[in-house]
Amino acid sequence: MAIALVDANNFYVSCERVFRPDLEGRPVVVLSNNDGCVVARSAEVKALGVVMGTPWFHLQKLAKREGIIALSSNYTLYADMSNRMMGILSSFSPIQEVYSIDECFLDLRGFAQDRLSHMGQAARQKVRQWVGLPVGVGIAATKTLAKLANHVAKKMPEYAGVCVWDELPEGDQQRLLQQLPVSEVWGVGRQWTTRLQETGIQTVWDLRQADPALMRKRFSLLMERSIRELRGEPCIAMVDIPPPRQEIQSSRSFGRTVTSAEELGEAISLYTVRAAIKLRRQGSVAGALRVFIHTNPFQVHLPQYHATRTVALNHPSQDTRVFLQAGRIALVDMYRSGLAYAKAGVHLLEITSADALQADLFTSAEDEARANQLMITLDRVNARFGSGTLQPGVAGLQEPRGWAMKRGNKSPAYTTRWADLARAKLE
Amino acid sequence: MHCDPIPVSQDALGAKGMMATSPQPVGGYHRACTLPFMVSRIAAGFPSPADDYVEKQIDLNTHLIQHREATFILRVTGWSMRDAGIFDGDEIIVDRAITPVDGKIVVAAINGDLTVKRLRRIGNAVHLVAENPEFPAIILKEGEELCIWGVVTRVLHRV
Repeated sequence: MAIALVDANNFYVSCERVFRPDLEGRPVVVLSNNDGCVVARSAEVKALGVVMGTPWFHLQKLAKREGIIALSSNYTLYADMSNRMMGILSSFSPIQEVYSIDECFLDLRGFAQDRLSHMGQAARQKVRQWVGLPVGVGIAATKTLAKLANHVAKKMPEYAGVCVWDELPEGDQQRLLQQLPVSEVWGVGRQWTTRLQETGIQTVWDLRQADPALMRKRFSLLMERSIRELRGEPCIAMVDIPPPRQEIQSSRSFGRTVTSAEELGEAISLYTVRAAIKLRRQGSVAGALRVFIHTNPFQVHLPQYHATRTVALNHPSQDTRVFLQAGRIALVDMYRSGLAYAKAGVHLLEITSADALQADLFTSAEDEARANQLMITLDRVNARFGSGTLQPGVAGLQEPRGWAMKRGNKSPAYTTRWADLARAKLE
Repeated sequence: MHCDPIPVSQDALGAKGMMATSPQPVGGYHRACTLPFMVSRIAAGFPSPADDYVEKQIDLNTHLIQHREATFILRVTGWSMRDAGIFDGDEIIVDRAITPVDGKIVVAAINGDLTVKRLRRIGNAVHLVAENPEFPAIILKEGEELCIWGVVTRVLHRV
């Protein structure tokens, strides 16, 4: 049994550099929506001690002194580059689990143990040549160890980007696990880290040595699985098809502050429309809708307000109109005037399969069929003529919307739009 | 019919342009082209005699693109490759999976810009040659690093 975890180094920055060779070797960050916080850092920026999530305005001085280049996030580009990268990696194994935009697991069972390292190098080389992205490869008997091996491959130059865990001498394995803090273990979040530290478990090695049965009692089955995986016992299977999302959300920060209930309602309606599309695309219905609004927590001199309302529906639905109505109720209840709102969002909750839906006593089958037909038509029109072609008027009719996101320094959609193609200078 | 060479369907990406977490190989992001299998609609049950001769429609994607993941389209500005038939404003198809060998027209990263030249290996030296006498060749000495971005396979030129 062998599993590889392949992920790209500084994925967003690396995508940008493919089309901007001038950014090679220079400190580059990619900022979150609205150019708020750092979401990707080049190695040069990491070396300056800039941490993930730093608000961009905190970095102004350093950026000026060190010449840091800040780019707005260009998810169109990253998604296309990700699809290409995953396509290339899928040629190395019939079983691939895409875990996030820039990482995937590959099931390598059946490969001879002494070929694994070679295979890792081949995958790394192919992705580098075909799409220009640098990737690291960790290979081990379990997903949890593959994650750690990947970490080692990236952090320690002597591994040249590929680490096969089982090829390390046992003494080295122990030493590495003793060096790594327990927070590096896949699935161990901040809360668990604190609790583990309280019980004296500091390093990955400490956790590996803990008693699985006891830890299951103290924490959960997931903790026991992590410990067993650290010992090389596979407990977490490859997921071929991701389960339908249990929660669907759509939220954005505004490009400028929003104060009026009308504009706030417009934004919430638009997010609701988008969330409902995602819901129908995965063939689900939702039983409740949660809406949140909040002011900008960084503007400490202004009055702060955070509010969330959840509205339960009478009957699980996938009808945009039902969600819009629920969103309206939530907003009316929580809106306070005189505040500068910075962000709003919509979550669809209690998601279940539309097929398993029971008939509603208070709606006639005919009405329901009509509603479904309307939604299908809506989705088809938008799929054919572009998203947003046909949508409820409450989501705002003006383009661009005054409150839409700021993306001051976004690179072109080099790979997906004719007007945005990368340029080659023939001089 | 609408077929972008490197299409990304909205379905595969979600409304925000974010990647779907679907682990399917990327084959899924080809936008479907509708292909006719029958020339005629069969009204009364008699097939058209032409049906036996129907082939799939010509698909430019399969004709122009050999390695889908590795293929990019760039727009060129300038005239240094005029005599190779690459003109200002043209689009070029670049395949990064092809090994850049002597004689290929390549995209190279030089001084932070992408440019197009013909690759020549002469003795131990690498020459990047323009195809227009008004532009000098670039000659790399041993030890100098050269970053070849990809190999140009086609020019899309509007006539």
